[in-house]
Amino acid sequence: MTRAAPLPISIRGLTKTYGAVTALDSVDLDVRSGEFLTLLGPSGSGKTTLLMVLAGFIRPDSGSLMFGGTEVIRRPPHQRDVGMVFQNYALFPHMDVAANVAYPLKLRRVPPALRATRVAAALDMVQLGAFGTRRIDELSGGQRQRVALARALVFEPRIVLMDEPLSALDKQLRERMQIELRQLHEKLGTTTVYVTHDQREALTMSDRIAVINGGRIAQLDSPRALYENPASRFVAEFIGESAFLKVERVDGVLRCAGQTLTVASPPPDAASLLLMLRPERVRIVDRSAGETLNVFDAEVTSIVYQGDSVLLQAVLADGSPIRVRTSGAGGSPMAPSAGDRIRLGLGPADTVLVADDGN
Amino acid sequence: MATSVASNADADVRAPHARALRRDALVERLALFSLSAPALILVTVIMVLPVAWLFGLSFVADDGSLTLEHYRRLIEQPSYARTFVATFQISLVTTAICVVLGYPLAYFLSQLPQRAANLCMIAVLLPFWTSLLVRTYAWLVLLQRQGLINTWGIKLGLWDEPLALVHNLTGTLIGMVHIMLPFLVLPVLESMRAIDGSLTKAAANLGASPSQAFRTVFLPLSLPGLFAGALIVFILCLGFYVTPAVLGGGKVIMVSNRIANDIELFFNWGAASALGVVLLVLTLAFLFVATRLLKFDRIIGSGR
Repeated sequence: MTRAAPLPISIRGLTKTYGAVTALDSVDLDVRSGEFLTLLGPSGSGKTTLLMVLAGFIRPDSGSLMFGGTEVIRRPPHQRDVGMVFQNYALFPHMDVAANVAYPLKLRRVPPALRATRVAAALDMVQLGAFGTRRIDELSGGQRQRVALARALVFEPRIVLMDEPLSALDKQLRERMQIELRQLHEKLGTTTVYVTHDQREALTMSDRIAVINGGRIAQLDSPRALYENPASRFVAEFIGESAFLKVERVDGVLRCAGQTLTVASPPPDAASLLLMLRPERVRIVDRSAGETLNVFDAEVTSIVYQGDSVLLQAVLADGSPIRVRTSGAGGSPMAPSAGDRIRLGLGPADTVLVADDGN
Repeated sequence: MATSVASNADADVRAPHARALRRDALVERLALFSLSAPALILVTVIMVLPVAWLFGLSFVADDGSLTLEHYRRLIEQPSYARTFVATFQISLVTTAICVVLGYPLAYFLSQLPQRAANLCMIAVLLPFWTSLLVRTYAWLVLLQRQGLINTWGIKLGLWDEPLALVHNLTGTLIGMVHIMLPFLVLPVLESMRAIDGSLTKAAANLGASPSQAFRTVFLPLSLPGLFAGALIVFILCLGFYVTPAVLGGGKVIMVSNRIANDIELFFNWGAASALGVVLLVLTLAFLFVATRLLKFDRIIGSGR
């Protein structure tokens, strides 16, 4: 199959209000052609609204939406030529699997012989080659998911939208489908906008993630940059586990919980700063351990065994709670127990300061 | 005795409390069944027994002997056949008009936001709260020669002579459609509400214009409700008595009117019963064939 080149998406000043509620607050966003971009945010953040505007199901109050070089903001959904995978799959229950997949081809007047070939190819692509004559209600959740995917891709749209397509699947199947979707995207190279509230899913699949909060894009970055260097406390809290400690800046010296901090990169220019502590980046260190670490003394309050890891809850000298995740590997020489006094170390690269945006 | 006690004890060890649990399940089922007993008794007394009694009467001659005379007359006198044909025709036309009027109405209601839809539903259901007879006579007042419609029509210059709107087929159909419409709208609306809104969205996303999406997705999924509604209306029409009697003015003779005549004018319970039995059998036969032909639930799925 020779595919048409994927299209970039350009969004400018997109605003949508419902009465007093602002669902989208002048959103600007560029999706590169062929990119897998995820809109990640809590429920009510506006991520689904944004996707529905892209699909044409929600008419915004104002703004511009370009697919490639073409303005499409006033174009009705059936003329946008984007594939979409719905949250509940939205498969037609009165058609069998093959008819569902053939539906967009029929509307595009693809001749029957070619139609059959392309339907078969699309079903093969999602490993449902033998399921063409099945009724929709005979399929499992994962199979429906694949049919929906085949239907959204069979007419070779240059842009694909996905609205939490995996949220109805159980954890194992979801993780397998994440990998499969990602591989499929790498094969087809279609510009993909994916909506989810699951941060792990976003990190697993995306080229870039747009974290959305209150109708605005809080941060747009690669998964790694987002996790390692969140721009704000909101992003840091939403992606990954973290605790925050207040940081004081006196004459250019950063101090936190009575310690002077060594940082790898200059802190953001904000009035009030927080030290972000990822539990898996904090290490239990020897009393004698090195000068290069930022070191905190703490007292262990509880230990929770979680199978793949052990979670330590502790308090610092000033009473701030802190969580430390260590590998659960047995026979660790420094396995502490509740009440022990321990020393925690944080490498300069892991000493990330974020602006306190009041969340 | 001793051995049976022993084997009981044995069974209790292998499957503890099995007998007691089985008894509990039985008691529960009986209790549930007893809840429906009043309804069952009522249906038996006011439905099954009278029908059985009339069925028996249809085989009894005036002198009390057993006979097939009443059925022979139904076959030999062509006027009876004409009545049956007319009854089916009128029912069919009424059903067709109800479908044409009711389907778009139900579609409109299904697309309204919940609050507005509820208000409109009250308007649809309002007629149910008024007596059938009152509504029928109201149509008589509206439709007669000096009625509201003819007076206004002539005043506005729409037509010159009073139209014959009542005491004929026209009046009967107007009245019947009015009364039957909610029976069609309710099941159709129900099936439309059950259609997942994302299905039409998906159709649009895949390239279907609004009319294509309606034709290929919404209409097929609402058909089971439409057939259910049409079937209810048609079957209710077959036995309709009051409205054809009042608005038909003696010119529209349906089976139920002939049954009434047989009893009121000729005191011929046997003949009336035979008519009733034939109507019942035809209705059941129709129902059987219709549900066999239109197993749409199986073909189409639930629409969800």
